[in-house]
Amino acid sequence: MLIEAADVSFAYERHGRNVLDRVSLSIARGSIVGLLGPNGSGKTTLLRALSGTIVPDAGRITLDGRPISTLSRRELARRIAVVPQETHSAFDFSALDIVLMGRYPHLGAFELEGADDLAIARRAMAATATETLEDRRFATLSGGEKQRIVIASALAQASDVLLLDEPTASLDIAYQLEIAMLLTRLNRDRGTTMVVSTHDLNLAAALCTELVLLRNGRVLTQDTIGAALTPANIRALYGIDADVTMHARAGHITVVPVGRAR
Amino acid sequence: MAAPADVRRRTIVTVAGFGAFAAAACLIAPLVGSLPISLARALDRSIPFADNVDAQVFFVARLPRVLAAALVGSSLAVAGVVFQALLRNPLAAPETLGVSMGATLGAMIAITFHVDVTLFGIPAVPLACFTGSAGALGIVYAISAARRRGTSTTVLLLAGVALSALLGAMVRFIQVIADIADTFRSVRWLMGSLDVASYAPIVAALVPTAASFMMIATLPRVLDLISIGSEAAASRGVDVPRAERVALVSASLSTGAAVSLAGPVGFVGIIVPHIVRLIVGANHRVVLPAAALFGAAFLVICDLVGRTAFGRVEMPVGMITALLGGPFFLWLLFRKRL
Repeated sequence: MLIEAADVSFAYERHGRNVLDRVSLSIARGSIVGLLGPNGSGKTTLLRALSGTIVPDAGRITLDGRPISTLSRRELARRIAVVPQETHSAFDFSALDIVLMGRYPHLGAFELEGADDLAIARRAMAATATETLEDRRFATLSGGEKQRIVIASALAQASDVLLLDEPTASLDIAYQLEIAMLLTRLNRDRGTTMVVSTHDLNLAAALCTELVLLRNGRVLTQDTIGAALTPANIRALYGIDADVTMHARAGHITVVPVGRAR
Repeated sequence: MAAPADVRRRTIVTVAGFGAFAAAACLIAPLVGSLPISLARALDRSIPFADNVDAQVFFVARLPRVLAAALVGSSLAVAGVVFQALLRNPLAAPETLGVSMGATLGAMIAITFHVDVTLFGIPAVPLACFTGSAGALGIVYAISAARRRGTSTTVLLLAGVALSALLGAMVRFIQVIADIADTFRSVRWLMGSLDVASYAPIVAALVPTAASFMMIATLPRVLDLISIGSEAAASRGVDVPRAERVALVSASLSTGAAVSLAGPVGFVGIIVPHIVRLIVGANHRVVLPAAALFGAAFLVICDLVGRTAFGRVEMPVGMITALLGGPFFLWLLFRKRL
């Protein structure tokens, strides 16, 4: 297993509610794992724990068998990149500036980005179809453009794992489809392992190879799409009645909410 | 536009351009005053120093003050850049975080109660300033870091504002109970004034400022990353807590040095970073040296205006920076560039 979490617990306040409560999961190399669960179920916190930006109160997380707490921030960043839900720049950086920031863990303290760093950044922009945005101010880009630039920045980090927190949450359905296709392509071409949290069950069904269902900070189940996305599980997660059908043209399961569960 | 080679070229061009501006300001400012002097005569080595009035006025009477202005402007501007990037907030500055007021209180205590200590050759007032600025920042930082969600920038700013008010009240309290002669001395100092008559206080302030700038020189890329979010920075390999500590310590050190020389000169730390970013963009490898040089030139010019523009009355430099800075800041807000 590439990443393994065993009995991970975490609370934001001392003696407060456990946002993560003995979470265990495993992520295989080359898989795309979807993280589903209602608001407040601990998806973002779990991604933070996996990326090492928070340290669990209990349990352990390993990467290739090594506890991530023994890796330096820099070492970890070379293996795991993160795409947050939204990125705001306080100052007027260009799109290329943001992408080049992904090269940070590969550079020495006083080292300047070299020609190869620039080439890597440009390749990442080509992969996300953002080459033409290079000189644009990041703050002036649309939501979809920003998200693709941030993904390009994560690609420039040249990690083998990508953690994405609701990457399509603020995007229209054309951009949603575009991001989904981009992620599928990156997974196929580069073998990038991904963990994607989302509220979009159909996106998860289209994109992921496996799902982890979270409720109140606990793992309800980790399974394949077909086995995890059942009406019973959807009812348990969201309290709604949903139709789950195989969509012939899309080629994946689709979920249609019908009403509140009784 | 932002290709790496380009950043290097822009850094060189910026340092050269702003450096020339700062050097020109420092050379021209001592020539202006109630007794106009000539630079050529002041630098003329064929006349003995004892007979060369121009050289005496230039080197003894005016240059220390100009260099003090340059040093203070530079330290405050750089501290402002660091605070703004660290907090991702355009209003973060030595004065809004309580750092200036902390240093001020330290100095007030040292002046009023005639504290007489020296440490490593640094006299009591600068020492008290560092203690005050570091103490204020420590309190503010401890409050915001006590939360497990990470350092909250809003909490940091609010804590800074509250602490500033508290420390300000203590400063006024000391003024009220102090001896009238001490009060006169401290009032002038509190307005921010550059009455520096010798090189000794400049050298005393130069040491901590240099140490602070050396620490900050390790930070430009880290500040770039932190300005797009501390989690984004952490996930790209930045040790954020360590970077925050280095940045806060070095910025409070340079603020303390500046306050010890000139009192709490306002607006430099908040205005200069914005002007510089409007001119050179966001990249901290360019912004930091540009702010250091532009801050120096800015305060030298402000002090020159305060010294000469109002006839015989000499305005404290802190008043000039606020007079120029206030409207400029409002204009920036009006133009929605913040």
